[in-house]
Amino acid sequence: SQSSSLCKTTPSTAKSPRKIVFVGLEIHAQISSNSKLFSGSQVQFAAPPNSLVSFFDASLPGTLPVLNRRCVEAAVMTGLALNCSINKKSLFDRKHYFYADLPAGYQITQQRVPIAVNGSLSYSLCIDNKMSQMVTKTVRIKQIQLEQDSGKSLHDDTRSQTLVDLNRAGVGLMEVVMEPDMCCGEEAAAAVRELQLILQTLGSSQAVMAEGQLRVDANVSVHHPGEPYGVRTEVKNINSMRFLAKAIDYEIQRQIEELENGGTILNETRAFDSKLGCTVPMRDKEGQQDYRFMPEPNLPPLILYDAKSLPANMNHQQVINIDWIHERLPDLPSVKRKKLVEQYGILPEHSFTLLNEDGLAEFFESVVKQTQMKPKKVIGWILKDLLSYLKQHSLTVKESPVSSFLLADLLNLLEKKEISSTAAKQVLAELWKGEGKTPLEIVKEQKLELLQDQKELEQICQAVIDGHENEVMAIKAGNPKVLNKLIGLVQKKTQGRSNPVLVKQLLEKKLSG
Amino acid sequence: MRALLLGPWLRAARGLPRAPGSGHRHRGHGGHRPQGPLRKVSVEVLDHLEHLALVDFRDAEGVERLQKAIQFADQLHEVNTNGVEPMDSVLEDRCLYLREDDVTEGNCTKELLENAREKVEEYFVAPPGNIPLPKLEERETFLQGSQ
Repeated sequence: SQSSSLCKTTPSTAKSPRKIVFVGLEIHAQISSNSKLFSGSQVQFAAPPNSLVSFFDASLPGTLPVLNRRCVEAAVMTGLALNCSINKKSLFDRKHYFYADLPAGYQITQQRVPIAVNGSLSYSLCIDNKMSQMVTKTVRIKQIQLEQDSGKSLHDDTRSQTLVDLNRAGVGLMEVVMEPDMCCGEEAAAAVRELQLILQTLGSSQAVMAEGQLRVDANVSVHHPGEPYGVRTEVKNINSMRFLAKAIDYEIQRQIEELENGGTILNETRAFDSKLGCTVPMRDKEGQQDYRFMPEPNLPPLILYDAKSLPANMNHQQVINIDWIHERLPDLPSVKRKKLVEQYGILPEHSFTLLNEDGLAEFFESVVKQTQMKPKKVIGWILKDLLSYLKQHSLTVKESPVSSFLLADLLNLLEKKEISSTAAKQVLAELWKGEGKTPLEIVKEQKLELLQDQKELEQICQAVIDGHENEVMAIKAGNPKVLNKLIGLVQKKTQGRSNPVLVKQLLEKKLSG
Repeated sequence: MRALLLGPWLRAARGLPRAPGSGHRHRGHGGHRPQGPLRKVSVEVLDHLEHLALVDFRDAEGVERLQKAIQFADQLHEVNTNGVEPMDSVLEDRCLYLREDDVTEGNCTKELLENAREKVEEYFVAPPGNIPLPKLEERETFLQGSQ
């Protein structure tokens, strides 16, 4: 069963009573398509200025918008993945405002009837920063609408001018509106992260924040329980996942302090300054905007069909069938995680980490296929050893010098008890160098094979026992922890080539006699 | 395409007072209806309109022209639209054409920049941000002295 999360109240202190925090999000995701929403110019990040601009994008008179089918399909896919109702009839409108990067003086958007409404998104959070306990929350999706992106302005303050590049003007966007069901930066970041994964899985957007393919604006308000809802501020210019939680938490804190000092919150738009770590009012957005919405006269309503309403004699290319798209949706992240947990017996937290890192889940599955080691044990090597190394060296899974084949090879040696786990870690460290050696070669080079000769091992154990009477007495007196010291000494003598489990057994046997 | 018969609806007009003696005016094909009273537009509304649309009403004649335009448009209120879906455009029951996702345009930087008054290395040049219109009190427009 689903429950929309109740906003946590901030803790109450002697000085300040509890406050209820509301955080809503407006997320703009650039649609992954070859050409723009209403014109045939190319969509590409980083190209010579104004080279990907058609006459329509430049708003020259006599040009008309022509809707790109792929953009509609992307929006339908996304709506379905977010459990929305898809509006079989949606409308386009003009939103008017003046800015140099909006040559037409208006943006074509969907204000009256958007393409999808009333959905939901489930996301998970770790409690207390430990991966051990995760809680699932839900945020309602108010709507998804198709709209045009604007061009880019480069501000040249020295010459007091703005340089305008229209390459981005007219690129298709999906605006996803999330209701204010979230109560802090962490929840917002988790929700956005899950949306990002969904969009990437669907392929409807590549959703890379660094390239401006995913932009988030947050709406924040605070009020005392029992009092009317607080005034809302909008926070813009959040450029990365890292800053998202920070910006929202700063704004929440700012509003709380303002109210505690008897001040008022203005209904304004604020920008996040990442250098200073705070939000500041935005100059150009003073006062309420009046966008003078009007229907886009050049575009009739967008009609979508399903299996039942499919028209008999219409050109296929002109028909979008919602059911056809629904049947072809790929497994969403939440489904993939569940399958990983069920198939491999790993913990839910593990499945989150696997999906969070591009290519990691595939790497894990590939290793499991190539080794006899149980997946539950393999996961430790993937999440602790492999992932931490990749993070340390800022590498993606694809760039890993250790392939799944090599890792599986190593784990097989461990599983067959030819090396100890300490030795395995040593071999792994050597494999990172990417010198092309196999695990077996490294084991032989560094003489890491486990001692197979039981007799020799027994002799070493005996020698250690004989040489450490105090410790032996302590163990016999009822302090079993001291045994670990003896095990360590045997390990040292064998240069790590002894199986600690076996050593413990031998020592215990000898000491109990 | 809907056929809109104004006649019967206009006769069942919702009460817009007809100014006595305003008589008939002929304005091309639209002028058979009696006009309503000339409505005054407040200075605040005029100022707001100037900000939104970046127009300058400039003088009393400009403002009066605006007020007459509003009065003319007010005739729309005489039509009873109870239970009628608003129409967006006469093309609203046409099929919305869907284009294939192919790159067919662009790469005409030179042509586009030919129209630009100023350019810097293939960028259009614009003044910084939105130049805010000075507040009403500071402007030397007609509106300042108007009622």
